[in-house]
Amino acid sequence: MSNLQNNLFDIFYIDTLACRQSWIHSLDPRAKVLTTLIFVGIVVSFDKYEIAMLIPFFIYPAVAIALADLPFVYLAKKMLLLLPFAFFIGIFNPLMDNKTLITFDLKDIVDLMEFIGFKENIGKMGTIDISGGWVSFLSIMIRFCLTVGAALILISTTGFDAVCLALQRFGVPRPFIVQLMFLYRYMFVLIDEASRMVRARSLRTFDNSNQMRFGIFISMVGQLLLRTMDRAQRIHLAMCCRGFEGDIQMLRAINFGVPETLFTAGWTSLFVILRLYNIPVKLGMMIENLLLS
Amino acid sequence: MSHHIVQADNLHYTYPDGTVGLNKINFKIHHGESVALVGSNGAGKSTLLLHLIGSLAPTDGDIRIGDFPLNKKNLKLVRRSVGMVFQDPDDQLFMPTVFDDVAFGPINLGIPEKEVEQRVMDSLETVGVPHLIRRSPHKLSGGEKRAVAIATVLATTPDILIMDEPSSNLDPSSRRRLINLLKTFTHTKIIATHDLDMALEVCSRTIILDRGQIVADGLTKELFIDENLLKTSGLEKPLTMQRCPVCSNYSKI
Repeated sequence: MSNLQNNLFDIFYIDTLACRQSWIHSLDPRAKVLTTLIFVGIVVSFDKYEIAMLIPFFIYPAVAIALADLPFVYLAKKMLLLLPFAFFIGIFNPLMDNKTLITFDLKDIVDLMEFIGFKENIGKMGTIDISGGWVSFLSIMIRFCLTVGAALILISTTGFDAVCLALQRFGVPRPFIVQLMFLYRYMFVLIDEASRMVRARSLRTFDNSNQMRFGIFISMVGQLLLRTMDRAQRIHLAMCCRGFEGDIQMLRAINFGVPETLFTAGWTSLFVILRLYNIPVKLGMMIENLLLS
Repeated sequence: MSHHIVQADNLHYTYPDGTVGLNKINFKIHHGESVALVGSNGAGKSTLLLHLIGSLAPTDGDIRIGDFPLNKKNLKLVRRSVGMVFQDPDDQLFMPTVFDDVAFGPINLGIPEKEVEQRVMDSLETVGVPHLIRRSPHKLSGGEKRAVAIATVLATTPDILIMDEPSSNLDPSSRRRLINLLKTFTHTKIIATHDLDMALEVCSRTIILDRGQIVADGLTKELFIDENLLKTSGLEKPLTMQRCPVCSNYSKI
């Protein structure tokens, strides 16, 4: 089966996840969209060298995955697919920004080991310097995991159409929502059409090579574009036949009640606390005090 | 609309590249009639259907739907009384869920919310798929998509049903269900099809098109026994009217 079709089934699966029954699934989509937006906003608001304060934010995806019973491995694979984008955005940081930001004095580690009873002679130890570039690179990767993870969780617990509906209720312009809805609906048709073309080509390619000549690729993309335009015309006609006059309305009863308020307010408060207070440092100090006392 | 008449007078259409799509076509379809539109590929069936829904404007001649001539001014009014089921259900089902899709037409007609919900349920029950109401169209099978596509049109309560190849790409049992369903409809029906067996069962009248012209218009049963007519129009007798190959061989033995 072609990769295209595999991807199609993969997207089907995310739709299937959105149809599951759980407390999170049953919440009004607006609550989940709002919470995700706040989460993403707060995560990206940190300083570029911040790492420690980002770690506690993993509590949101962890709790959401557990409550909604989502398959972690599947979501992790989806994130891995997108990882190269973040990787290439961040990988130049160590080259551009090579100013030392953190210096580990290994003598401190020796002292600590002696403190906990390790008596061996470790010898002379130096220092390890870590540049700002590597720190910001790591920070980008953590942010990527958090934000993309949150978006995947939103789609897997809400469904794309419900997300569109929530955005519409938040006042996002209607043409934008309609575009998104159509993109999602016809993505399946387009992938199906493209995979049929690829299959037809591969059945008449007898040299066992999966490499497609550039000229053939161009003509196939052109064909796909023409077919898409034809289909767009037919869809528009089908819409006009049923009274379309430029505005799409949907009848959906959604209710922002007490559970939604609690969900949004609870998570938002936690995010704000995690943003304002450096919990890992405070925890570290607490442990240090405990050990010393 | 008092009379659900569909009438074409000297209907002529030439495509921009000069190809003649329809050539001086005349017919009159009365209220409640069930008419099959048959012909070989490129005979002009789809071109004619596109004229009936006002998607193509005739180069010459007129179309009347009910009491109104079909023109830009009356287009909206006419489209309220004409429901078109497209050949590819994917063209027709564009909303995120089956409910939204079936509700699309009634909402645009300005029907109150509660009534829309009732209409959606009624339409889906008529085509026998009320259980699909919350499903996404892209996850449905071919037969289910076709049923939902018909429901989307029924929900707008059209007087005239126009269908383009409704039985194409359906498995035998889905096709049978569709035929039985179409038989129950009391609407004026115009069905463009290559499935002559379906035409024989569903439509009492048939119009045969060939190269943009009407070559025959009459009772389906009478036209379909005229082998010469069918042959010259690029068609052949429906299977149900042909001799059974097994029985005929058996009688020879």
